[in-house]
Amino acid sequence: MKDILHELETRRGAARLGGGERRIEAQHGKGKLTARERIELLLDEGSFEEFDMFVAHRCTEFGMEKNRPAGDGVVTGWGTINGRMVYVFSQDFTVLGGSVSETHAQKICKIMDMAVQNGAPVIGINDSGGARIQEGVDSLAAYGEVFMRNIRASGVVPQISLIMGPCAGGAVYSPAMTDFIFMVKDSSNMFVTGPDVVKTVTNEQVTAEELGGALTHTRKSSVADGAFENDVEALAEVRRLVDFLPASNREKPPVRPFFDDPERIEPSLDTLVPDNPNMPYDMKELILKVADEGDFYEIQAEFAKNIITGFIRLEGQSVGVVANQPMVLAGCLDIDSSRKAARFVRFCDAFEIPILTFVDVPGFLPGTGQELGGVIKHGAKLLYAYGEATVPMVTVITRKAYGGAYVVMASKHLRGDFNYAWPTSEIAVMGSKGAVEILHRADLGDPEKIKRHTEEYEDRFANPFVAAERGFIDEVIQPRSTRRRVSRAFAALRTKRVELPWKKHDNIPL
Amino acid sequence: MFKKLLIANRGEIACRVIKTARKMGIATVAVHSDADRHALHVEMADERVHIGPSPANQSYIVIERIMEAIRQTGAEAVHPGYGFLSENPKFAAALEAEGVAFVGPPVGAIEAMGDKITSKKIAAEAGVSTVPGYMGLIADAEEAVKIAGEIGYPVMIKASAGGGGKGMRIAWTDAETREGFQSSKNEAAASFGDDRIFIEKFVTQPRHIEIQVLADSHGNAIYLHERECSIQRRNQKVIEEAPSPFLDAETRKRMGEQAVALAKAVGYASAGTVEFIVDGEKNFYFLEMNTRLQVEHPVTELITGIDLVEQMIRVANGEALSIRQEDVQLNGWAMESRLYAEDPFRGFLPSIGRLTRYRPPEEVAEATRAVRNDTGVFEGGEISMYYDPMIAKLCTWAPTREAAIEEMRVALDGFELEGIGHNLPFLSAVMDHPKFVAGDMTTAFIAEEWPEGFQGVTLPEPALRRIAATAAAMNRVAEIRRTRVSGRLGNHERRVGEDWVVGLQGESWPVTVKADRGGATVRFADGAAHRIESDWTPGQSLARATVDGAPLVLKVDKITGGFRLRTRGAELKVHVRTPRQAELAALMPEKQPPDTSKLLLCPMPGLVVKIDVAEGDEVQEGQTLCTVEAMKMENILRAERKGVVARINAGPGDSLAVDDVIMEFE
Repeated sequence: MKDILHELETRRGAARLGGGERRIEAQHGKGKLTARERIELLLDEGSFEEFDMFVAHRCTEFGMEKNRPAGDGVVTGWGTINGRMVYVFSQDFTVLGGSVSETHAQKICKIMDMAVQNGAPVIGINDSGGARIQEGVDSLAAYGEVFMRNIRASGVVPQISLIMGPCAGGAVYSPAMTDFIFMVKDSSNMFVTGPDVVKTVTNEQVTAEELGGALTHTRKSSVADGAFENDVEALAEVRRLVDFLPASNREKPPVRPFFDDPERIEPSLDTLVPDNPNMPYDMKELILKVADEGDFYEIQAEFAKNIITGFIRLEGQSVGVVANQPMVLAGCLDIDSSRKAARFVRFCDAFEIPILTFVDVPGFLPGTGQELGGVIKHGAKLLYAYGEATVPMVTVITRKAYGGAYVVMASKHLRGDFNYAWPTSEIAVMGSKGAVEILHRADLGDPEKIKRHTEEYEDRFANPFVAAERGFIDEVIQPRSTRRRVSRAFAALRTKRVELPWKKHDNIPL
Repeated sequence: MFKKLLIANRGEIACRVIKTARKMGIATVAVHSDADRHALHVEMADERVHIGPSPANQSYIVIERIMEAIRQTGAEAVHPGYGFLSENPKFAAALEAEGVAFVGPPVGAIEAMGDKITSKKIAAEAGVSTVPGYMGLIADAEEAVKIAGEIGYPVMIKASAGGGGKGMRIAWTDAETREGFQSSKNEAAASFGDDRIFIEKFVTQPRHIEIQVLADSHGNAIYLHERECSIQRRNQKVIEEAPSPFLDAETRKRMGEQAVALAKAVGYASAGTVEFIVDGEKNFYFLEMNTRLQVEHPVTELITGIDLVEQMIRVANGEALSIRQEDVQLNGWAMESRLYAEDPFRGFLPSIGRLTRYRPPEEVAEATRAVRNDTGVFEGGEISMYYDPMIAKLCTWAPTREAAIEEMRVALDGFELEGIGHNLPFLSAVMDHPKFVAGDMTTAFIAEEWPEGFQGVTLPEPALRRIAATAAAMNRVAEIRRTRVSGRLGNHERRVGEDWVVGLQGESWPVTVKADRGGATVRFADGAAHRIESDWTPGQSLARATVDGAPLVLKVDKITGGFRLRTRGAELKVHVRTPRQAELAALMPEKQPPDTSKLLLCPMPGLVVKIDVAEGDEVQEGQTLCTVEAMKMENILRAERKGVVARINAGPGDSLAVDDVIMEFE
């Protein structure tokens, strides 16, 4: 009996060593942690329960039968983050380069199935050379199995991907279908075809970092939602994100004890909007001053900065925030910002996270670049996302809400539940200058008359009261009391219920 | 008494005057420019009058605008504050002509003291000790050399109309005198349109000590002791105190009596200040007399208990002084720190913008301590480019100098100021400087102690350990809260342990944190322990703690795995990790911050107006690279060294944030 127990420990020891001391050292040398170290940092201390530690591949091609490491290049299991259950897989680059075999994929599929069944998030840590070439088509089929589970789990449990090493070829499409992708600066990259293939096919010279590094994907391609300095920071921040998310679409978002007065008044917000309507201001200040404890988890901070997306808490409860940012492109909507915000709104709606929208939008960005790029379809995504959302929605207009963009930004017309406006807001078809030029074309040559027309237009329309007269604005509120008003609004919406007509699924303009 | 007082000023001093006027039951009128439409002094006053565009030379210093405001509101008296029109005899005369009381001295006194040469003559005649020197006008360089020889080197060559260090030279030899005379003359002509030059003895180890005087129109005059103002940066006072740690009672009395003699000689009637330069041997020499309320007057008020503004108003109303010299107290010690919107890490470059957070420490007035904050700003207000960048004057008072300094340290640590660059860290650094603490300073203190500019504060290990221990205790509170999230797996909750590793500034201290009802005891590996008591909860931007009974105030921001803590002028990134987390974190590569020496970074948020070079251009040191407009001000950015432009990332019309890369060099 003792011997058998001893053998278990020996086998476990071997499995835990992964690819061996030398490869672990090499992994550390690259500034990366091992698959197991990453799990340790991701989960509460001592909470990890492993599955399939002894799984080995069945491949016999190319002499593979002589190299059958326990675990097959991926560590899987479950554990807790601040006491809440999550499922996790972590690819082990020290074992066969973390390459994906049939059995490697089966391990991932097993925990994904359990996650969906038991209703808990899946966190995937990607660090893999790609398909295990020796297995050929079996490896591809295995990827397909994982993809299918990503799709099935989508909208059922939150899926978070960490890219902590290479992630190339078909492998990118599993993270691509998850809810959030986070990368580590300097030590991770993602691309469908690597620099060598790019060089052969298109003659372009490009480094792996330029083609698929963390900065590329957070700033240019928007594939990734955030990038961190190193593994330790990335894992800590994913823990922080999980604290905002519900375990599944069957549960309400988590609530946490909070140390911030929901009635807190912020007099400084009264002066946030400058006197000059063309002067920008930082919308983040409003978000931070409304949020519990000034805590804001921003998503896609480096991309399409003309719109801000991320999570805050109000009275301890998670809330998704979408806000136009007047500091960048005057806060207008364009292709990138519409796509960014639409995806965020749909995530929140899928997981019952209420949405708070701050509006200061002068309209859609004009130009051939936008029109030829399909701003009609892309802009429609955000409109559609808001329109189909059934979660509690509270909207605060701080300044401009012009034209179609006004309607898009969670307006009353899209079933916004509480639509508030600051006294500084202007809800109109367009700004005074443009409007006067159309309404009074005949007087364009006479600056005196145009000036008078402009003043008349501003008096009549550059305020929230025309919209308030029609009930499109529920209430005009003092900026200083925004936190109190918004917190109470969400409190009143905790029991919101909306029935939608049956459909197989919708047809969002993708 | 007057029924209505107009304050021909703005900012903190306008607010300060309004407070006293209100206390005396006098209605107040504020004047304001465009930029000050929503300023605090405008909010505080009973009435407000708009007097013109933002630049002061189109509003606050246009006499006619003020006169209109007086007529419009029927104000019976005007307090000019400091700066602007406060020492302008034409303004005082204009008021006199309309029968409006000027809360300041008579026109004659302003005129007499307004000119450096005249004032020195009058002072000498009144028996005031003056710097040996030649008062007359000097014809040429040769005459300058002759006079310098008579006075004895070192000498100072000064422009008569000078100020702010312009047109000033120190000479140790004949050759330097010749050269200095010519360059001072040129500079004076260019800067002031007045090239009159005089020469005087250059005082070594100089301190700037000034006497506050108070006189009425009935021939009474008293002195309210001195203020030490030696802590200056480029002739701008930064920290003042009263009394001076350098003077003895006898010197104080002699200086005071001479100051009073001067006030009487010029028929002075109001509050005024006689500035002296004092050398290492306690020899003092008259510098000039300021015929107005000084910025630093609160320290005098704190040690004497006299409201100077009230006294000025009473004197202007024709009342006789009710205080006799023997009634003037010298009670305890007062410190003043001037908070400027100047970034000490960027060479004290003025910083403008929105005060996203402004929470001064609570004002107190107790028997053993006092904190006073004179300010003209508020949270959400704007620091504009048009006026003096002073944000507030933070004063503390205590029975001893040591205690007043300690009060100031804690008050500075508790002063929350965000959104703009400011000199709080620098003020804290001065308060902890051993020479300052010893009272051993001259007017060259800042230039000598920070010759390379201010790079921040490095705290000694005992202080770092106290901070580390506090961070560990704070982290425990934050971590426990995280475990209280809903949706936990019952019976399998996360337990927050006692063993932690605190990392800061490359140090890594394993600690155990044992908490009880009253606080936490944090023990280091070497057995040393600190007792931490604090009511800090997550999200609070200020943590007030006591460490082993001594106060520690930290400004707190959350960062991944820890906190950014600011205290005593230092900024620390503190990580608090479990032993295992710390072990793994140690494996992470040290990432070098990007080398910015080959980049042109945008120094302030602004709009690119013009790019003056093209990619591939070779540029010389000092060559104009581009122009960035910020708050309607064009800032020309120049090459710091010779180089070749590799890449230009911005074009005209681009809006940039601080540290955005404008161009890269090869």
